[in-house]
Amino acid sequence: MSDFLSANAGILIALIKVVVVVLVLLTAVAYITWFERKVVAHMQSRWGPERVGPHGLLQPLADGAKFLFKEDPTPAGIDRFVYFLAPFLALSLSLSTIAVIPLGPGQIEIFGRRTWLSVAELNISLLVVFAITALSVYGVALAGWASNSKYPLLGGLRSSAQMLSYELSLTMSVVGIVLLTNTFSLRDIVDDQRGGLLHWFVFPQIVGFACFFISALAETNRVPFDLPEAETELVAGFHTEYASFKFAMFFMAEYAAMVTVSFMVAVLFFGGYFSPFPDTSEFHWTFYLPTAGAVISGVLLLIHGLRYYTAFGRVVLPVIGAALVGLGIVCALPGVIGFVQGPFWLIAKVATVLFVYVWTRGTLPRFRYDQLMGFGWKFLLPLSLANVLITSLIVALRPAQ
Amino acid sequence: MNVETILFFILAAAALGGAVNLIAQTHPIHSALSLIVVMVALAGIYLLLGAELLAAVQIIVYAGAIMVLFVFIIMLLNAGVEERTAISRAATWVGLPFGVILTVVLGWRIAFSQAPAHTGPGVDMVRASRELSQMLFTSYVFPFELTSILILVAILGAVVLAKRDF
Amino acid sequence: MQLEAYAVILSAVLFGLGALGFVFKRNIITIFMSIELMLNAVNLSFVAFSRIRALLEGQVFVFFVIVVAAAEAAVGMAIILQVARNRHSLNIERIDLLKL
Repeated sequence: MSDFLSANAGILIALIKVVVVVLVLLTAVAYITWFERKVVAHMQSRWGPERVGPHGLLQPLADGAKFLFKEDPTPAGIDRFVYFLAPFLALSLSLSTIAVIPLGPGQIEIFGRRTWLSVAELNISLLVVFAITALSVYGVALAGWASNSKYPLLGGLRSSAQMLSYELSLTMSVVGIVLLTNTFSLRDIVDDQRGGLLHWFVFPQIVGFACFFISALAETNRVPFDLPEAETELVAGFHTEYASFKFAMFFMAEYAAMVTVSFMVAVLFFGGYFSPFPDTSEFHWTFYLPTAGAVISGVLLLIHGLRYYTAFGRVVLPVIGAALVGLGIVCALPGVIGFVQGPFWLIAKVATVLFVYVWTRGTLPRFRYDQLMGFGWKFLLPLSLANVLITSLIVALRPAQ
Repeated sequence: MNVETILFFILAAAALGGAVNLIAQTHPIHSALSLIVVMVALAGIYLLLGAELLAAVQIIVYAGAIMVLFVFIIMLLNAGVEERTAISRAATWVGLPFGVILTVVLGWRIAFSQAPAHTGPGVDMVRASRELSQMLFTSYVFPFELTSILILVAILGAVVLAKRDF
Repeated sequence: MQLEAYAVILSAVLFGLGALGFVFKRNIITIFMSIELMLNAVNLSFVAFSRIRALLEGQVFVFFVIVVAAAEAAVGMAIILQVARNRHSLNIERIDLLKL
């Protein structure tokens, strides 16, 4: 058994990483829908999902079951191959970007082999993310066309034109960071931001950050750029003729793209897996922050759960609270505490960016299509080009190191 | 038979399958999708041959922008299934042997030519992207600037040509 | 044989297939796509030879081929659009005479 493990260690490690990352990503995508509905609801002074499980926590499961059991009509006159290919393409591309994002510092040892904390480690990981983003236009365009119907075709063409236009400023806004760090590798970009809050690239590249975030909102078809899928405008845009599970695939693809972009923002501009505190000895107490967070939230959840108004909630919520407290205590053990810092800070930053995404959705009205295209071509693209010019000027005039 | 060779044969089979499908399919959208498969497979082969930056540029520019243009045009012009006329059937029967002869002759000459020796300085594959970019901006900066003017001219030409006469 | 030699043979076969498509297909857009296939085959042989001879100039030239192919695709699509509007067909047998 152990020689089987050591002989095929490379493939086994890769398989384990892929399975873990994909499972975590799919669960996260499901619960981000819950998160979004609750946050938008509370911003609109209402409750959001409350009935299906305590605080609506089982709502994603109910939605998933609904998607699986719904009737699946296939419209007439469609191009069958392309119709069935489009949601598959959209979902698989959205799920695969996270493979190249570094999730933690340095290497760890599994089965006697040292391996980096990311599913794939490439020299050009930044370009791979943009390559996959470029290919995801096809999911939208082909879905709109294959549905053999007016509204999806219009929605698909508009949506893919929007994605293409904002892809330009998305790529340009990152060139400033590439100029500063001289590398395309995401891990090297994160490693250049070590040393605490003030070394993060969001401060020198604030314009790049603004351009990137706005372009990412448009790339993922989120408010305020979601005209192609707004219900009042185009029925449901390019996914009108898709029902049950195929619609669920588009839905999951959109949220997975949101998660990917949040990871990119955290990695490129907010220091990735480094904590905001410098790595000196007087800040060693910050190593216990994950533990403190988990224990405090676990205790609060325990106390709240014991007084919940349904019996099911009175059982489930305290169990989750106790599990959080246990997790916090495990994170304080000497073997685990170093390992848990990187992923904890990365996930904290990703959660913050996702909250800002959902906050934008609850706050802003949507752009009209011509306003949207004008904003992308006439404002964002020149702004990101100006960012490239000024950054390259500063880099060229810097004293040579 | 190491991993690289196996991976190369898988990607080569995908590229060949896509190319054959491009010719065999009747609807242009299926041909376009097959061409995208060919381009992504070729990008994988570029990675195997050590051209990382080119693999990324191939997918971002070729498969992600040029082919999107093709797909848009096919959608907008509502291109339907190709019709088979008498001329096209005759052309297939007459021309197929010539096509096969062309391919076999090319492949034969290349496969059995003498491999030239390494003449240039060794390419360090870890810094290949950096050296490629430096070469683009130092030795080949003149063609680089010319191609940017070429793209500008192409944009203007496409805008003027595709206008409706109002 | 090494990997690069296999790649050059693959590029020859792809070029031949592109030429076949260019000659046989009747739809202008498919003919254009066969041209792009031929350009891709040539790119592959450039990269393979650049690795065989250990010179980076091959990859530089691939950059330029990709850029020129992009410009050509843009202008070609505009021309095809106008032709399709005037002749109301995408079949080259209907647009090969100056007479309408």
